[in-house]
Amino acid sequence: MKTLADKNEAIRQLKAKIMELEGFSSSPKLPADSLGLGAFESAFPGGSFPLGTVHEFISLHPADAASTNGFISGLLASLVRQGGFCLWVSNRRSIFPPGLKRFGIAPERVIFIDLKKEKDVLWAMELGLKCSSLSAVVGELQELSFTESQRLQLAVEQSKVTGLLHRHHPKYQHALACTTRWKIVSLGSHLPEGMPGVGFPTWQVSLLKVRNGRPGEWKMEWKEGRFQPFAPRESRKQVHLSREQHYA
Amino acid sequence: MPRRFLSLWLPYLLTDRQVIRQPELRDRAFVFADKQRGRMTISAASIPAVSLDIRPGMAVADARALQPELLVLPYKPGREEKLLQGLADWCLCYTPVVVIDAPDGLVLEISGCPHLWGGEKPYLESLISTLQAKGYQGKAAIADTIASAWAMARYGGQSIIPPAQQREALLSLPPASLRLESQTLDRMEKLGFTQIGQFIDIPTPTLRRRFGEATLQRLGQALGSAHETLDPILPKEPYLERLPCLEPVRTAPGIKIALEELLKTICQRLTKEKKGMRKGIFRGHRLDGKVEEVSIGTHMPSHHPEHLLRLFELKIPLIEPDLGIELFELEALLVEKISETQESLWHSAGDDVTALAELLDKMAGKMGAQTIHRYLPQEQHWPEHSIREAVSLEDKPSTDWDSQRPRPLHLLASPERIDVMVPLPDYPPLHFRYRGEILRVAKADGPERIEQEWWLQSGPPRDYYVIEDENGKRYWLFRLGIYGKEDPKWFIHGFFA
Repeated sequence: MKTLADKNEAIRQLKAKIMELEGFSSSPKLPADSLGLGAFESAFPGGSFPLGTVHEFISLHPADAASTNGFISGLLASLVRQGGFCLWVSNRRSIFPPGLKRFGIAPERVIFIDLKKEKDVLWAMELGLKCSSLSAVVGELQELSFTESQRLQLAVEQSKVTGLLHRHHPKYQHALACTTRWKIVSLGSHLPEGMPGVGFPTWQVSLLKVRNGRPGEWKMEWKEGRFQPFAPRESRKQVHLSREQHYA
Repeated sequence: MPRRFLSLWLPYLLTDRQVIRQPELRDRAFVFADKQRGRMTISAASIPAVSLDIRPGMAVADARALQPELLVLPYKPGREEKLLQGLADWCLCYTPVVVIDAPDGLVLEISGCPHLWGGEKPYLESLISTLQAKGYQGKAAIADTIASAWAMARYGGQSIIPPAQQREALLSLPPASLRLESQTLDRMEKLGFTQIGQFIDIPTPTLRRRFGEATLQRLGQALGSAHETLDPILPKEPYLERLPCLEPVRTAPGIKIALEELLKTICQRLTKEKKGMRKGIFRGHRLDGKVEEVSIGTHMPSHHPEHLLRLFELKIPLIEPDLGIELFELEALLVEKISETQESLWHSAGDDVTALAELLDKMAGKMGAQTIHRYLPQEQHWPEHSIREAVSLEDKPSTDWDSQRPRPLHLLASPERIDVMVPLPDYPPLHFRYRGEILRVAKADGPERIEQEWWLQSGPPRDYYVIEDENGKRYWLFRLGIYGKEDPKWFIHGFFA
């Protein structure tokens, strides 16, 4: 009769094997909490933000699109190595390069590819994701099919480049071959009592889907050049989604 | 073998060039003039002007007195040198040794060349008539020495001095034809020497005492006893490679093999010279005489055959071999130096940047170079002008990015008009309407006044506010104009994260 500890050990080994088959363990890892996501990171498989995969972001409002791009830029700041470049492919670019500086990424390190057709955006993104000298590729578009997302995933599996796919106002939120699906909504910023002006960028970050992880929802703000949990008065409580939504 | 020289004199170089450009000036008297010692002085005059006795060196005012309708064009110093350089390059089809003889001539060493034209006379005539067909009036003479050819071309009319007879030819020419200094010439005139023959037989010590060592040197150069150095132009070798085929090539793999061969040889030369291709053209001469060509451009000068092949490969399907291609040509139209500092600056990232440049080249090849943008800061406050496009991947920011003032992450391509409700002048709005939606303002920051850049455009200033609405969305609004002065208009210009 096996003890409980033995069983747990066997399960852990099996999980690791599955992760390996899914292409997780072989991807490069960031040192723990280098993204400053804090409690958040426990939601990811292996407890660290998965690199070398494609992440999907959804935004429904132009102001939320700006928030989503802000969150993406915050991630990029830690992803782009010193002296490295990242690619920003888009068919609807509204990014104002000086605005990126606030999120800790040097705007001259970003190369913008402005294309007209979504098909071309996907082509350029795939080409960029295959180039291992890039650190990350951001793509902005509206629709893509499951097959197209699979192509992107296949491209990163070779090169270990991280893809960040921002879908503006998509018609359908169908399943894609992306590791995660995020939705960032802007929140009212908090200022100490009696202070005028507008506070730090504040967001409601929803991790709607994550492969082998636990989806969740957090409030955070971009303060002093890194992500910080947003807790004006209430305690830092993590809201977990129900189990049913896990594999939605 | 005796050396032979041809001296070419182009007395109307500048004005001939102007007539080639503007044929309507052919029969007009015009001059080039610029300011010398406080007055406009003619530096070149056209043939009709010279026939009216207007000569270089005259003041424009004097020339105008002779010919009131005289056209005066501005003279740019250094033009002659450029024109002569161009003509010298062209003269390389007559001889490999061409020397620029500023300001108005060329010297060609023609030893061993004229027999290809059937002798010195047809050679000279061919050169002069081809120049004339181009529009340049030229005079030339051939002699054993540069100095005697120079003298004959300018003072003796077009002629050929047979070998070893320069002495006889020079006797009747004026002393000025020896390229003497003006002081010496004045003295000779005073002494009544109007022809070289009058003093050529004076003993050397006497000549030296009277006219100095330089005169003897010049005389020696004309007669062939003193040496004259040549500083020939270096012919530019074009970055061109050719590959003739025994059998006409009709298939895409065949074309690719030819391309690989050509790239290999051209890249070898580029690597040796530490240069890289920026623009290249690949031509295929077809059996029926037509030329098929495809061209590529790169983001960084490159001498990697694999990379260039990949760029050309995308275009191979555009080549129509038809009956077959019998000759392939590859030419690098634009070649730039590959900077070594660039590689050392990037250290380990060097390979990365090259790989990235190659990726961008590929994208530019398919989508067009205008789709790729990279921005650098510019020291201007007007938001639309605060960035400039980077020229290349190595282009570094000349100033820091301004992180003091709030700048939105999203900027609209052009500001959009909005309707606002403002409680007091200089206050942020209470609410505003954007795309049919009424948005109530919860928090606001500002104003940040940005004045027009008066050297570029005029108009009222912009007062920018950072606005947060009740739903927590953040906007960048501005008011154009000042309350009290004019009716201000409100615009939305961007979104904050």
